[in-house]
Amino acid sequence: MSDITNQSLFELTSNIKEKRLSSEEITKAFINRAEKSKKLNVYITDNFEKAIDQSKKFDSNPNLDFKLPGIPIAVKDLFCTNGVRTTAGSKILNNFVPSYESTVTQNLWDQGAILLGKLNCDEFAMGSSNETSFFGNVQNPVGENLVPGGSSGGSSAAVAANLTPVTIGTDTGGSIRQPASFTGTVGLKPTYGSCSRYGIVAFASSLDQAGPMTKNVRDCSMLLEVISSFDQKDSTSIDYKRNNYSKELSKDIKGKKIGIPKEYRVDNMPEEIEQLWKNGISYAKDCGAEIIDISLPHTNYALPTYYIVAPAEASSNLARYDGVKYGFRSPGQNLIEMYEKTRSEGFGDEVKRRIMIGTYVLSSGYYDAYYLKAQKVRQLIKKDFDDAFSKVDAILTPSTPSSAFKIGEKTNDPVSMYLNDIFTVPINLAGLPGISIPAGKDKNNYPLGLQVIGKPFDEQNILNISYALEDKINFKNDISDWWLSE
Amino acid sequence: MSIDLKTVKHISKLARISIDDEKANKLKGDLNNIFEFIEKLNELNTDNVKALTSIAETTLRFRKDEIKSENIREKILKNSPEENKDFFVVPKVVE
Repeated sequence: MSDITNQSLFELTSNIKEKRLSSEEITKAFINRAEKSKKLNVYITDNFEKAIDQSKKFDSNPNLDFKLPGIPIAVKDLFCTNGVRTTAGSKILNNFVPSYESTVTQNLWDQGAILLGKLNCDEFAMGSSNETSFFGNVQNPVGENLVPGGSSGGSSAAVAANLTPVTIGTDTGGSIRQPASFTGTVGLKPTYGSCSRYGIVAFASSLDQAGPMTKNVRDCSMLLEVISSFDQKDSTSIDYKRNNYSKELSKDIKGKKIGIPKEYRVDNMPEEIEQLWKNGISYAKDCGAEIIDISLPHTNYALPTYYIVAPAEASSNLARYDGVKYGFRSPGQNLIEMYEKTRSEGFGDEVKRRIMIGTYVLSSGYYDAYYLKAQKVRQLIKKDFDDAFSKVDAILTPSTPSSAFKIGEKTNDPVSMYLNDIFTVPINLAGLPGISIPAGKDKNNYPLGLQVIGKPFDEQNILNISYALEDKINFKNDISDWWLSE
Repeated sequence: MSIDLKTVKHISKLARISIDDEKANKLKGDLNNIFEFIEKLNELNTDNVKALTSIAETTLRFRKDEIKSENIREKILKNSPEENKDFFVVPKVVE
């Protein structure tokens, strides 16, 4: 048997079910490795002591019918966890301990999983490099001083470094898929309305979705099956029959029509990404898929649209952090001064910048010119996809326009940071499911990902296509454990 | 169009975030860069396009208006920055 922490979710689950490993052994193995991996800074809050107690409790009376029997899992610190500090990577929630549980994490515990801890992320999920976190940046296990992507950067690093078997992140404009691409892991953003938003610290409500981040496609299907559910507590949760994604997983994609959008061939795209995409296309052909050239004419307008819609929603959602009911408070002479000082000291620069953009585009006299305009363009972007999906079953694109960059390389230029999400943002605007799978490496040996985009609620199809491609690509993430300390 | 310092200060007031002059100047530069990038949308004619307000094409569900949780006052007040067993405490509002 290979090292416990190297194993996939599928292997660990089988080993527990066949009593080759106990939950306690597995839990302790991941904790032990985490203790030696502090340099990566993936954890904001650990739950190690309680996790060991819970694993012992599981072993004393194991329910092997569970889908995640006694499996320890760390989650992004954007999910509220009952009795465990939840910070969203912000000073303003530094001391917040929720008295309720997010639906998505509750789904994990209901299937036997155990909380290992809360993973680092960009502040309020606003960022593409995990550098906006109040708790410091995260190291990408792929190489020293590289960003792990963001906003789910602690999550992607934790999966790549074998610090949790799988994890869940959230994705508003690429925050699952881009970090997955940067770390050589798999990340799926489900259709808007698939996974409940209840108990997730809100960023942009019309775009936010939770999703699985894993080592491989099969694990991704197993985890999606657990977290995707209809929920009365989320008014945009959609009631539809969900697949048994892991049972129905198949590499047979013969005759599937896969679209290649010409607009994703952007200026200055590195040659190796162009090559990666070509390889993906030829693998898909090898699997019997039919390749069709398509057009998504409004692609170039997606990022500017996103940078109106997302900050507008964020400025409204973040109005609740006023120092009154919970979180950080800075004292003031009067109520207004208390609000202003609390928010000035409690939020970091990127969050303030986005609140300011959002406040401006929603302010009197500018609403029509910016916010309404963006909502109209969003309609055009969605229509592009509707038209494309009348001809194809799925769309294949690169996940990101580059591989992981150095820590500090883009922090002074917000717009260049935003360009990271050029291939992922349109999918959120259209509410579609998208998955990033590792597909190759650049000249520095850093991982690169390919993205498969599906029709609404067609997660099974994009999982199957990814499963078939993964088999052909045969990606190996050779990580040297350079960060380990004794 | 460009955003001047006065506008930055006005937005910060609306957003209830106090900023000093140095920060305001820095933000002015950032915001102008970002809005320059956003202006691209003006290339498109959207006169006859319906705004997309929600991606999930659902109507809001109705439910019975009933109390489901009890005695949550303590739980809710537990996270408040200034301790008090009955209320949230804020600086004096009425003179």
